[in-house]
Amino acid sequence: MQRKHLPSVQESTGFPEGLKHVTKEKLTQKSFKSNILDVFMAYIFKFFGILAIILLGVILFFLIRESIPALREVGIAEFLTGQRWNPSSSEPGYGALPFILSSLMVTTGALVIAVPWGVFTAIFIAEIAPKRVRELLKPVVETLAIFPSVVLGFIALVIIGPIVAGVFGLSSGTTAFTASVILSVMALPTIVSIAEDALKSVPKSHREAAYALGASRWETIQNVILPAAMSGVFAGVMLGFGRAVGETMTVLMAAGNALDMPITQFFGVWLPEFFQSVRTLTANIAIQGSDVPWGSLHYSSLFVTAIILFVITFIVNLASDLLISRQRRKIGHE
Amino acid sequence: MNLTKHDHDIAKTQKLHTTSTQSSIFQINDLNLWYGSDQALKRVSMNIPENGVTAIIGPSGCGKSTFLKTLNRMVELVPTVKTSGTITYHDVDIFSSKTNLVELRSAIGMVFQKPNPFPKSIFDNVAFGPRTHGIKNKKKLRPIVEESLKQAALWEEVKDRLHTSALSLSGGQQQRLCIARCLAVSPEVILMDEPTSALDPASTAKVEELINNLKKKYSIIIVTHNMQQAHRISDKTAFFLNGEVVEFEDSVQMFSRPSDQRTDDYINGRFG
Ligand SMILES: Nc1ncnc2c1ncn2[C@@H]1O[C@H](COP(=O)(O)OP(=O)(O)OP(=O)(O)O)[C@@H](O)[C@H]1O
Ligand SMILES: [Mg+2]
Repeated sequence: MQRKHLPSVQESTGFPEGLKHVTKEKLTQKSFKSNILDVFMAYIFKFFGILAIILLGVILFFLIRESIPALREVGIAEFLTGQRWNPSSSEPGYGALPFILSSLMVTTGALVIAVPWGVFTAIFIAEIAPKRVRELLKPVVETLAIFPSVVLGFIALVIIGPIVAGVFGLSSGTTAFTASVILSVMALPTIVSIAEDALKSVPKSHREAAYALGASRWETIQNVILPAAMSGVFAGVMLGFGRAVGETMTVLMAAGNALDMPITQFFGVWLPEFFQSVRTLTANIAIQGSDVPWGSLHYSSLFVTAIILFVITFIVNLASDLLISRQRRKIGHE
Repeated sequence: MNLTKHDHDIAKTQKLHTTSTQSSIFQINDLNLWYGSDQALKRVSMNIPENGVTAIIGPSGCGKSTFLKTLNRMVELVPTVKTSGTITYHDVDIFSSKTNLVELRSAIGMVFQKPNPFPKSIFDNVAFGPRTHGIKNKKKLRPIVEESLKQAALWEEVKDRLHTSALSLSGGQQQRLCIARCLAVSPEVILMDEPTSALDPASTAKVEELINNLKKKYSIIIVTHNMQQAHRISDKTAFFLNGEVVEFEDSVQMFSRPSDQRTDDYINGRFG
């Protein structure tokens, strides 16, 4: 088999050197590059792609299989609405509602801080900062992402906690609010770097068009650049949410882990209580997962809470995907 | 100084009374411009007449776009830009630190080489300028949008789909939309940088016809690589070479009997 056809001086009779001499044989012959290698690589890519799907399936399978005993015995309604969690007592309670609410609260609180902070930082880096400031600020923000979560958790425990306790006059500084603050710091780099990429990718011609119409810099950012980058900015926010809701070690150290419902009554209305010790879904699994008897109902009910956590992130991801594609369709990118 | 519409009118009438010959909208005096250490415009001095079409021609890289963008100070979006000399517009040196850039740029509209509509609806594209300048009421915006689209000869094609994305229009339609968007802020001058270079002959003809209609009301300055186009649509033509103005003449004169040999060579395709 002729594997590769290298044009040589003798062959290219009459043709200037380097000019391709096309023949019918060459056009129809199979080559290693186009036939074997391409096909082989296609299979490799397919294999890795499918492997990821299989892995997801396997994880889901185990989550569901291990949680079935608890779901049978207790029922999903008790998990979602029950307010008392104590699976190992003689009068067991399987209410995961305090954890669910705590997870949502801590995450929402973190986003309320991190989204404006992150988006403004991204706008500053992408649109406003002079080159030298930008080159300093960008790596600084990205460095925040490399701190191990246990380090940030420790900082929350020994520095932020006492400050929160002092400022708000609490007996203990490990609260939902403390966890939100430190989580916002963790979500910040994700939001900033993805939002900044999205802002940067808005074509220069949009900016020029806006300036030429007499728009000020802020009007250009607000009315042209941000809307055009919205889906990307939103994607950054959602990734930040994912980071925050799944984070375990930091909240474990910062939030205090009390089992109470994280709500309080205020003139007859139930409101989330941020200045109270709370325990999130992740923290509870981490605390109880290591010493729960294998195969017990308690063990199985931890899996149920894991599924709840998975469903929350799944719904948020799905919703954000839908929002982003709707946004894209609206402005006609596809 | 605030260049408001009212001031324009006063300035216009004053000019009409003081000068009997054609008055100029821009008086450019010894303009130099550098990108970092590269000089892109050299000792440019010319008076650009009010109303009518002024064409800018010259080989690639000679500074045509740079010159155009200097007139509304868009060129300063490039941070390394430095200028010297003066450009007088309504008795104001536009480089003076007192110049209100927002007013300047809404009086001097610009149409770019590549159509650059915003990824918004057709209506919102045209309404962008008026909205920016404080007209938020839909009832007031509607007639402005309609009138601008009519002036840009696009109304008939889009009147039934004002709220679809501007990106769904063809290239030629997008360019006319950009012209409509620029007209909606009721500018006095329109700068056009090769507005037809990305368009097919039919769309080009439409845009040229449009320019012909607009020149009664607006001062139009257009960069073009197309000699026939410059000849067809312009009243005066400036020939740029390496950042300098070689010749600035009535177009009829320039395209029949250019006074400089280099102009002659260029318009007859002997270089560039
Ligand atoms: N942003 C910039 N930074 C640095 N130099 C620039 C920049 N823009 C233009 N120049 C330089 O200025 C000179 C004039 O460029 P300009 O774009 O004005 O040319 P032009 O006449 O419009 O050319 P063309 O016909 O190709 O559009 C060129 O030498 C170019 O390299
Ligand atoms: Mg140009």
